[in-house]
Amino acid sequence: MKKIFEIPLYPYARSTDQDAPEAIRHRVVIVGAGPIGLAAAIDLAQQGIEAIVLDDNDKVSFGSRAICFAKRTLEIADRLGCGQPMVDKGVVWNLGKVFFGDRKVYDFNLLPEDGHKRPAFINLQQYYFEEYLVNRAHALQAQGAPIEIRGRNKVTAVEQHDDHTTLHIDTPDGPYQIEADWLIACDGAGSPIRSMLGLDFVGRVFEDNFLIADVVMDADFPTERWFWFDPPFNQGQSALLHKQPDGVWRIDLQLGWDIDKEHEKKPENVIPRLKAMLGEDVKFDLEWVSIYTFQCRRMEKFRHNRVLFAGDSAHQVSPFGARGANSGLQDTDNLIWKLKLVIDGQAAETLLDSYDTERVHGAQENIMNSSRSTDFITPKSDTSRLFRDAVLDLSEHHAFARPLVNSGRLSLPCTYDGSPLNTADALDGPARTRPGSACPDVMLGGDSLLSALGNGFTLLTLNADAPDTLDEAGITVPRLALSSDDAALRDRYLGAADSAVYLIRPDQHVAARWPRFDEAETRAAIRRAIGKE
Amino acid sequence: MPLILTPNIDTPDDFYADLLATHDGLSKADSDALNARLILILANHIGDRDVLHQALVAAKGTPPAA
Ligand SMILES: Cc1cc2nc3c(=O)[nH]c(=O)nc-3n(C[C@H](O)[C@H](O)[C@H](O)COP(=O)(O)OP(=O)(O)OC[C@H]3O[C@@H](n4cnc5c(N)ncnc54)[C@H](O)[C@@H]3O)c2cc1C
Repeated sequence: MKKIFEIPLYPYARSTDQDAPEAIRHRVVIVGAGPIGLAAAIDLAQQGIEAIVLDDNDKVSFGSRAICFAKRTLEIADRLGCGQPMVDKGVVWNLGKVFFGDRKVYDFNLLPEDGHKRPAFINLQQYYFEEYLVNRAHALQAQGAPIEIRGRNKVTAVEQHDDHTTLHIDTPDGPYQIEADWLIACDGAGSPIRSMLGLDFVGRVFEDNFLIADVVMDADFPTERWFWFDPPFNQGQSALLHKQPDGVWRIDLQLGWDIDKEHEKKPENVIPRLKAMLGEDVKFDLEWVSIYTFQCRRMEKFRHNRVLFAGDSAHQVSPFGARGANSGLQDTDNLIWKLKLVIDGQAAETLLDSYDTERVHGAQENIMNSSRSTDFITPKSDTSRLFRDAVLDLSEHHAFARPLVNSGRLSLPCTYDGSPLNTADALDGPARTRPGSACPDVMLGGDSLLSALGNGFTLLTLNADAPDTLDEAGITVPRLALSSDDAALRDRYLGAADSAVYLIRPDQHVAARWPRFDEAETRAAIRRAIGKE
Repeated sequence: MPLILTPNIDTPDDFYADLLATHDGLSKADSDALNARLILILANHIGDRDVLHQALVAAKGTPPAA
């Protein structure tokens, strides 16, 4: 049976644009049908804005790159209409073990917080994640939404103009051109668009190599994350074993810097390494093997007039902490509602500068977190190794040392503290829902708060009065009225306060909050959240 | 809370002898590892990030702010 990543999901089909005498102008063109480009297109099309996705390939990601998808990503996928198949297919896990040398130093249970629709994270092959996005895009297209994925359309050159970009595209039928009012470059870490525009991508390369293998086996390893520091089967290095759906296991083996990649990648060299790790009699098949060097770097700015960068093209992190695809989804979540307001003439183009401010802030946070994990896993100096080993040693008998063990921190959504779109906090409420935060979910009877929020602005009231809708600067803000009989709701949105009013942005981040409704303040906060104050 | 930099240990000679005795007979590598564990244990006991920061600055030999 063919694997999903071997089947063309969006095969090349000739477009009428290729027969037009002059380049056809489109609203939004997205380069790259990876997870980020697909999410951007779905978000736009769901809201009636034309999105053309160009990809030089016609299949989902080869092999499984990302495996860990965080709760925030699943919540965004829910808003995009494809969270359920991901959660249905994904593996949910909470237990883990940490090994140091030849001994297990401790077990952990991540004990997820109650009252969320989605688990803290799932393990799912990136090719499935992308497949569900492609299915959603095709379903929208079948319903008449303005979305199209053009496979084997390779962008070879771009020309930037004041109010549009011209793209030169190569296809199996030869070249053609189109124009885009807005171009979103989701063309991955090697971003050809970034190079074509001569833009920098600076940061830090970690001088290390990792063998990443996905193996199919019928072993009864439990559904846990196992991480080894300096194990006997990979001395001086690290190793990771993690479960994915379909009996596929992800194995990461640190190899060090001075190695011959081609040699290490050969099955006859990989298999003995895996046997040393898994045991001689465990039967397995190699699904995919690759060797990576990791880096943390970002563009200085993500907006370049009418070209917007999102996902790996804008920032790249080492995979410890699973912040690549997870943070890329937060990019488009942040960008698309702003772009829609600009396209609809409801906000000035400068609103898009807040995409840059907020997501550069997010990228910096992710780079910091994944650099710290990488520094712990692969210490760069004798002293750093000394402390790392001391932490691991102590962790066996002393609980205090366990929070210092860093084999990757769970990806959490970035809080946009200090964003120009925020209104100063006026509620003596919980810190986790201060302006700039992504709204934490709460279960409301059968459904969840986040599913009730929709794609636009919302005025959430808790034990407070307010009008059912408010119109300001062309934006209609409906009210969602709740009362605080639920402990999680109280805990997450009220804290010590008796009542609260939250202005929530389309990306489900808090823009402003008050103890009660005040019309003038709410109107001002709406204007501020769309860049008009 | 300010970092205590005035004498604060009872019978300092006894503490100093204990510290050296703990390292007795250890190789340089084992001693270094012990020191690292000791720092982590003490740091956790202090807990207060501000005090820890002042201690790091003091250990680095940076003169106290005027
Ligand atoms: C080993 C490994 C493990 C990882 N684990 C995780 C994890 O657990 N969790 C997580 O969140 N992230 C993880 N990541 C990161 C994740 O894979 C990336 O962040 C994610 O794929 C980025 O998506 P993207 O859409 O920005 O780019 P990509 O997925 O790279 O997609 C870019 C697309 O652009 C297309 N393209 C490029 N140039 C052109 C052109 N000229 N014309 C047309 N199309 C073009 C490409 O064909 C491709 O389809 C991991 C990565 C690796 C390598």
